[in-house]
Amino acid sequence: MAIEAQFHVLAVDDNLIDRKLIEKLLKTSSFQVTAVDSGSKALEFLGLQEEEQRNHHPQEMEVNLIITDYSMPGMTGYDLLRKIKESSSLKDIPVVIMSSENIPSRINRCLEEGAEDFFLKPVQLSDVSKLRPHLLRRKAEEEEEKPQRNIRKRKAIEESLTHMLMEDLNKFISIEDIFGELNYEFSHKRWKFGS
Amino acid sequence: MDGVVQLQRQLLDYTALLFQEGFLNDQFTQLQQLQDETNPDFVVEVVSLFFEDSERLLNELANTLDQQSIDFRKVDSHVHQLKGSSSSIGAQRVQNVCIAFRNFCDAQNTEGCLKCLQQVKNEYSLVKNKLETLFKLEQQILAAGGSIPM
Repeated sequence: MAIEAQFHVLAVDDNLIDRKLIEKLLKTSSFQVTAVDSGSKALEFLGLQEEEQRNHHPQEMEVNLIITDYSMPGMTGYDLLRKIKESSSLKDIPVVIMSSENIPSRINRCLEEGAEDFFLKPVQLSDVSKLRPHLLRRKAEEEEEKPQRNIRKRKAIEESLTHMLMEDLNKFISIEDIFGELNYEFSHKRWKFGS
Repeated sequence: MDGVVQLQRQLLDYTALLFQEGFLNDQFTQLQQLQDETNPDFVVEVVSLFFEDSERLLNELANTLDQQSIDFRKVDSHVHQLKGSSSSIGAQRVQNVCIAFRNFCDAQNTEGCLKCLQQVKNEYSLVKNKLETLFKLEQQILAAGGSIPM
């Protein structure tokens, strides 16, 4: 039985109707959704998620993608994007920006700041369905990276072990030399006694 | 069953007319297509939210424009919200008035803003009426044992 990868999306939009719509679009595309109405609530949620990971809680709270409206009071989608990219723990989460206004300079600014994609509102099912293959590809790349990372880890361990062993081995060899001499003396003596 | 067929015909004709007259656009069709068995009342739910939210915004707009010294940024913020929601449900004519409204806000034109407020109230009223009629027709079809034609 093939288990479909479950991706959890955090949706951020201050508009009630848009929030309901994006939630439906995401659920229809088989995403798990958490919807919040501000950038600060989003950061709170992500911070909480960080807390869970530090306490080694299961990955149910892990956020795989953030999709946020651009024009929001207080913290804009752009401000949120910047905060996420500045955070060492959050910067690898892909962020998609939504906006009702088609302003090329705005779009460029977001993409330059590290946004994954930019959707024009009203967002369509065809926009959202682009996300899954993208996330699957990222997941596959991370999986490929794993053995490479493991090999590197092993090499590092082997190198430090070798170093330790060589040191110990050298000590061992010098002891052996001493024992070797002692042995010779004792066997020599025994031989004397034996006769 | 003849009654159901007639109602279905009525619904299709009515919907087509709303599109022709520019009250609704393709975004409304998108909403209908998102509706499924897991969420059979999705369209009604979203549109109801739109009604509530719009009425709140229209009240805010009336208050804000009624002040001695008008805060145009506040007016613009409300209109932006209304433009967004109307666009999301496909209420084309409401959306269009909002665009003009925002231009008057930018220009800090009080008279223009007041005119637009009146216009947007009218358009909102019209589309609300029409959508309620549409939903009533759907209810009648369902009550008569029929299904909603798409």
